[in-house]
Amino acid sequence: MEETRKLAVQMKNITKTFGSKVVANHNVNLELRQGEILALLGENGSGKTTLMNMLSGIYFPDHGSIYINGKEETIRSPKDAFALGIGMIHQHFKLVDVMTAAENIVLGLPGKVMLDRKAANQKVKELADRYEFEIDPTKKIYNMAVSEKQTVEIIKVLYRGADILILDEPTAVLTPQETEKLFAVLRNMKKDGKSIIIITHKLHEVLAISDRVTILRKGEYIGTVDTLKTNQSELTEMMVGRKISLAIDRPEMKEKKEILKVIDLTCLNSDGVKTLDSVTFSAYGGEILGVAGIAGSGQKELCEAIAGLYPAVGGSVLYESEVDGVEVKERILGLKPDEISKKGISMAFVPEDRLGMGLVAGMDMTDNVMLRGYKNNKGIFVDRKKPRELAQKLIQDLEIVTPGVDTPVGRLSGGNVQKVLLGREIACQPRVLIVAYPVRGLDINSSYRIYDLLNEQKKKGVAVIFIGEDLDVLMDLSDRLMVLCGGRVSGIVDPRTKTKEDIGLMMIKVADQKAEVKE
Amino acid sequence: MSHEAEHKEPLIRMTKRDAMAPKKAWLIRGIAFLGALLTGALLILVLGHNPILVYKDMVVGAFGSRTVIYETVKLTVPLLITAIGISFAFKMKFWNIGAEGQILVGAVAAGYFGLFMATVLPKIPLVICMIVSSMLAGGLYGLLPAVCKAKWGTNETLFTLMLNYIALAFIKFLMNGPWKAKGSSFPKIDMLHKGARLTKILGVHWGWIVALILVVLSWIYFNKTKQGYEIAVVGESNNTARYAGINVSKVFIRTMFLSGALCGLVGMFQVAGADYTITESTAGGVGFTAITVAWLAKMNPYGMLLVAGFIAMLERGSNTIQTIYKIPASASELLTGIILFFMLGCEFFITYKLILRGRKEEQDA
Amino acid sequence: MLSTIQTLFIAAVLAGTPLLLGALGEILTEKSGNMNLGVEGMMFMGAISGLVGAYYYEQGVLTKGGTPSGAAAALIALVISFLAGALGAVIYSFLTITLRANQNVTGLTLTIFGTGFGNFFGEYFGLKAGGYVAVGERTKAAFSNLRIPVLSDIPVLGKLLFQYNWMVYLALALAILLAWFFNKTRMGLNLRAVGESPATADAAGINITRYKYLATIIGGGICGVGGMYMSMVTTSGVWVHNCVNGYGWLAVALVIFASWRAGRAILVSIIFGGLTVMRMYVRIPGLPAQIYDMIPYVATIIVLVITSMRQSKEFAQPKSCGTNYFREER
Repeated sequence: MEETRKLAVQMKNITKTFGSKVVANHNVNLELRQGEILALLGENGSGKTTLMNMLSGIYFPDHGSIYINGKEETIRSPKDAFALGIGMIHQHFKLVDVMTAAENIVLGLPGKVMLDRKAANQKVKELADRYEFEIDPTKKIYNMAVSEKQTVEIIKVLYRGADILILDEPTAVLTPQETEKLFAVLRNMKKDGKSIIIITHKLHEVLAISDRVTILRKGEYIGTVDTLKTNQSELTEMMVGRKISLAIDRPEMKEKKEILKVIDLTCLNSDGVKTLDSVTFSAYGGEILGVAGIAGSGQKELCEAIAGLYPAVGGSVLYESEVDGVEVKERILGLKPDEISKKGISMAFVPEDRLGMGLVAGMDMTDNVMLRGYKNNKGIFVDRKKPRELAQKLIQDLEIVTPGVDTPVGRLSGGNVQKVLLGREIACQPRVLIVAYPVRGLDINSSYRIYDLLNEQKKKGVAVIFIGEDLDVLMDLSDRLMVLCGGRVSGIVDPRTKTKEDIGLMMIKVADQKAEVKE
Repeated sequence: MSHEAEHKEPLIRMTKRDAMAPKKAWLIRGIAFLGALLTGALLILVLGHNPILVYKDMVVGAFGSRTVIYETVKLTVPLLITAIGISFAFKMKFWNIGAEGQILVGAVAAGYFGLFMATVLPKIPLVICMIVSSMLAGGLYGLLPAVCKAKWGTNETLFTLMLNYIALAFIKFLMNGPWKAKGSSFPKIDMLHKGARLTKILGVHWGWIVALILVVLSWIYFNKTKQGYEIAVVGESNNTARYAGINVSKVFIRTMFLSGALCGLVGMFQVAGADYTITESTAGGVGFTAITVAWLAKMNPYGMLLVAGFIAMLERGSNTIQTIYKIPASASELLTGIILFFMLGCEFFITYKLILRGRKEEQDA
Repeated sequence: MLSTIQTLFIAAVLAGTPLLLGALGEILTEKSGNMNLGVEGMMFMGAISGLVGAYYYEQGVLTKGGTPSGAAAALIALVISFLAGALGAVIYSFLTITLRANQNVTGLTLTIFGTGFGNFFGEYFGLKAGGYVAVGERTKAAFSNLRIPVLSDIPVLGKLLFQYNWMVYLALALAILLAWFFNKTRMGLNLRAVGESPATADAAGINITRYKYLATIIGGGICGVGGMYMSMVTTSGVWVHNCVNGYGWLAVALVIFASWRAGRAILVSIIFGGLTVMRMYVRIPGLPAQIYDMIPYVATIIVLVITSMRQSKEFAQPKSCGTNYFREER
């Protein structure tokens, strides 16, 4: 291979700010050679996506210049980007649910007035065959699984004749097996002469797929290294800025007591499809029960059904506690959140949608902290004094970065929002703590702070149910791991005895016999 | 697509800005307001009048003498109370545009007592009956769409609006049929008995005192009570409310009852305090104008006091200019619309920042 | 009996046409993700402008000593009413698309403004014309029912289908054209994408702003033409205070009943047109006229509640309706 291959993309001294304070990118440089796979590595919030959005025309840089195939270009809109052969596959899929795969793919393309659906379907099929994708062009998006949607996104970009592909965290929603398949496709494309940038924060993926790695940290350009000449610890140091151990603590607890028992929990969605199908498990005090599964396998419904926010059609949820030395079991399924807390049951829930369910974006910290306990005092007036004190305490204890308790929480960064939410939930001293995707979008520091907080709760004897998406984290943190697939439990396993591939298989296939591992 | 070097940036870009200093924000709103008046002036100019004189006569027409001030206050009261009522619903993002209908049914309920019970009941019990019945009627009328919204998510905008037309048809029915004034060849309802007419305090019926009390009470309700807090949470996100253990349906229904009840009360004041009878124009567009009032005041009751006074001045003033300049009185609606357009538009410059090519920052208003 | 149904059907079509036009305008608007509640206002603007346009054309020709042509007056009314409705939509578009103002409130304001606009200029030109604005016989004739040779003479069918005024056929053609546009054309597909998911459309290189502006403005123009129908056909070319009188709101409701499909709008507009005029054709003993008048509104509420009870994925309101798009939103 010749060393001086032509550059497909060159970004020079790119700066982008949001508002007056948030500097997302500061003097960032990036070079993508033709026919290579470049990994863009950085923690959450390091500005990777922002940088790529400027290449794909979503944002416009404040400063700096962009060269495509050696020529300086101005990319004002996604259309300009397409014209230059740049296509981006976003982390949050940009697809129209009520349209078919083919319709989504031809969206926005120039052509005859009349839409020729047949020809479009045909061409999509051909493209799919060439790179060994599986796709049904006439299937509606809302009927598709996540991996299928990703396929549509990739074909959409290829259909436009893109030579430069950007994939934003493409593996976040895939099983290990699907990830392998995707990587195979990417290698096919590379062979075909395409230049590819893959955004990720997972080191082993970087090492597995890329030729070179460019590292960003806090919006700054740190450097670019050849994949073959580097290793995990060097990359970590470049990414985080110091040497840290990425090991996650898993303290062993001796005494485990059953607190929550879920039996044959079954839920239907508005179309009458089962979102949860006879889910049975127990959660013990002093342990973290991890819940794995590809996106949309029933995780959200499981949390919300237990918390009293999603209707169940069958099964039961039992809450066990001791009252005056006597074991008491309380049925809580079908109760509303306030009815559950009225029974004296202390259950905390950190939902996936932090600002859309857990918190009120437009309200300040005091009013948000108040959300859980505003009914507790007597009378018709709210008491803001105690919540205000609690808010101030949370700011100190959890090192929440905010101008003050009066700032709307919607203005805080993702990590701080999560700290407010988790802090509030822990402050009500729960016996059951359900957390859904608590570290999504958080940087490494914040993530580890969250893991610590969860472990602290576990040590206090709380039953923690942890819904996660990063299998590595799930396997390191959980004492037991429950795998969901299509709303069913495909197994509850000891993560210490299984490989990631094992779990991956369970994520896509329910074992014929329900394998329940109990100690 | 050209990629010339000098055309590097788009001409204007915009970004969201951080919270703007309140002083600057009010300055922008002030400029927008002037812009609206200027646009109105332009219109007056096109019609062939001197805008300064016309504006001056509008103010004089609204505040020039004791009598017209009474009239202006009389217009302010229904606007203010209705705006407060509407803001109950709007605060939880429930688009109640049925105030018009709620006022009408309140008027009918109060009118029933005023017309047929005035000779039976002494004044104080009679007035209490009128108040309670009008609020109940308005509240129940507002309840209907709230129940359907809570149960099935029925579009409340259209629902409340259709109820306006139904209430109007019902009044026409009363005018033509059961409540038709005896001996009248014209479809109309009798005047209220003297005993049912509201006492005047400082020249205007005492509704203005109620309105002022409501301003304070509603402010306390919104900002200091649990129910007010619940409304705010529901308005921001139904999901969060459910998560917090708030019964969203209950809040919808309770709040809409209050919203409708206040509008119903307005109907009572119109019948017993202002018109002394019920006609098709008892509500007279107050239900719609009040939306403007609530929105311009950003749902703040004290702000509504100010805005309601201003809009009442416009309405009163436009009656005056109709007689002086033969400019149709609908000018006030037109002008209200223009002002609101400007105020809606100017919020953009408070939330976003424009960056012109090559420049760092540029303001426009 | 049969003839009652026949005359009711004919009346329903005539009364349903402005509803159809309003609904079509709003469907086009909502497909772009804009929920414009200003239909009533835009219809008012179209109603007065169309009428005044035709009136001044007549006066202009008459003062020159000529004879005004009905067809020319109709054409002028059509164009001017379209422009007036479009003007309302331009204000709405500028505020919501460019300045990102709240769609609900902007739409309501447009209704208040448009109603004021209609009544203000209605009175103003009325005063100028010395009483009220009314067009001449020729113009009136141009808006009366057509006689199509041969077709109109077919027994029963001829009366039912081929003898309406030209605006009825214009509205029907428009409905079919829009249905074709949404489903068969590339631009229609793009427009639907803009309404469903602007971020997707944007990433696909579709010019969101242009699509939204165009759809909303043309939609507003169509509403304006619907308003002109009210002043030229329904009230026979005379300005009547408050003449639109809730038809704009009914049209907004019809959009829901038509489940955002132009073809289906034809059907529901005839049904609701029928409900608005039924009182004149079908007597219900003991029912006072004013209570009878409530029927279309009561029916609207009932259908609203029923449609809200069963939600469909495919035939629902475009998802982004009511929210504004800002590309750099974080």
